[in-house]
Amino acid sequence: MLIIKCPYCGEREQEEFACGGEAHIVRPKNSPELTDDQWAEYLFMRQNKKGIQFERWNHAFGCRQWFNVARNTATDEIIKIYNMGEKAPNVETNEPATPSGEPVIGSGNFSTSINISEKK
Amino acid sequence: MHKKPKKYSVFSLIKNALSYHENWQPAWRSPTPKKEYDAIIIGGGGHGLTTAYYLAKNHGLSNIAVLEKGWIGGGNTGRNTTIIRSNYLWDQSAGIYEHSLKLWESMSQELNYNVMFSQRGVMNVAHNLNDVRELKRRWHANRLNSIDCEWLNTDEVKKFCPVINTSPNIRYPVLGATLQRRAGTARHDAVAWGYARGADAMGVDIIQNCEVTGFDIQNGNITGVETTRGKINSKKIGIVAAGHTSVLANMVGIKLPLESRPLQALISEPVKPIIDTVVMSNTIHAYVSQSDKGELVIGAGTDGYTSYSQRGGFNIVEETIMAIVELFPLFSRMKMLRHWGGIVDICPDASPIISKTHINGLYVNCGWGTGGFKATPGSGWVFAHTIANDQPHALNAPFDINRFSSGELVDEHGAAAVAH
Repeated sequence: MLIIKCPYCGEREQEEFACGGEAHIVRPKNSPELTDDQWAEYLFMRQNKKGIQFERWNHAFGCRQWFNVARNTATDEIIKIYNMGEKAPNVETNEPATPSGEPVIGSGNFSTSINISEKK
Repeated sequence: MHKKPKKYSVFSLIKNALSYHENWQPAWRSPTPKKEYDAIIIGGGGHGLTTAYYLAKNHGLSNIAVLEKGWIGGGNTGRNTTIIRSNYLWDQSAGIYEHSLKLWESMSQELNYNVMFSQRGVMNVAHNLNDVRELKRRWHANRLNSIDCEWLNTDEVKKFCPVINTSPNIRYPVLGATLQRRAGTARHDAVAWGYARGADAMGVDIIQNCEVTGFDIQNGNITGVETTRGKINSKKIGIVAAGHTSVLANMVGIKLPLESRPLQALISEPVKPIIDTVVMSNTIHAYVSQSDKGELVIGAGTDGYTSYSQRGGFNIVEETIMAIVELFPLFSRMKMLRHWGGIVDICPDASPIISKTHINGLYVNCGWGTGGFKATPGSGWVFAHTIANDQPHALNAPFDINRFSSGELVDEHGAAAVAH
């Protein structure tokens, strides 16, 4: 289970949160002109990345605020938590060498409070 | 060509017993990859092996490779809770799942390999009026599709499965259930091994510890794959990689509507026979059967976020156990022995994608989410047809990737939500 550091409430158990899926997917402004394929792209298609993924989380059973999380989906390690509206951070971390090889660390959740500059 | 494997029978068993079981031949070879194949299947799980098997058997291709990055059947084929049923709501799903169920019924004979298919019935329990309406709707839909299904009232539920708690005083009382008697369970590893042996006997190369690291594409046509064991050419390549399908698709820039999530299961200490059917409840997320070894096999839910780590949150396990203990109070002091997770690729409409892609010769079979095991033979059957003929079989035409643009989704959340 993840321990997530809500920017407003501090560290809480994952049970209090709901994941809102991939972040930085912008709703198209010209919706009347969109083709069916473009709608499908916006509504359904996802990168579903193995490695660093940027996603939205909501502190559903807490302060109910939304925020963004950069998380390694191969290890479950949370790398950075940042506010809605901010750009995705440039994260360089122990991204697994996929394909070819699984990450050596298992399900980790140890860097909630570590900032990126400390992580190499 | 290699030697055809010997048929398993009571005589071969006796003969090998007399030589202390030291002379059994391996059930499949471990060949080195050739330079080129007529078709390559990426993923040596149940669906990949059945695809190769039916490509060889139904479509006469013999020069086929199955590439598996780990060992065959080591992913979700070895991690599921082995339930087989076909009581889905929509006609499209009924077609493919019922076709699968029929293949299960003759599988052990066809493969000369005991997959221990046991038609012990699957009971879907209703706990409130909405459940009753929903399940009765599915019951009628099943019967219209010639799929066996019955409605049981509370007393009949108790009679069919005496250990279930039908007291009206529990938080979610049992108001009835649907029962598919032809549904049941099978030995999951045996399915992978049986199909691997059958495919190998027809000349399919099963190549384990061989991970795909890239694709070769020329002018929109697929020409081969890069692997950890070198480059292998082929003009037809099928991706059957379950939770890792997106990883492969991202290599060629194909985006799929998938989310890979952990799905957990757990198993108890073995006890004497206590429950001779499969009981599942969507509302309270209970889901239990008993294996032939005597262990209770319990399926939990998916975690609500993307992960490839093959482990999930403990809260999910807790919720499932709470529901099981309410439905079966006599299980409350049982000890759980093992607990694991697999990575399932979930589609927005809880139905699979078995489709061509915009790259000629590249096909995908994915999105089975929490319920792929039951479809193992049927999935391979239609995917082999799609690859061999470069067009979908009638049964998988509705499961084309284009349905996400056309809006013709096959929403099976009701039938797929809990039951894996």
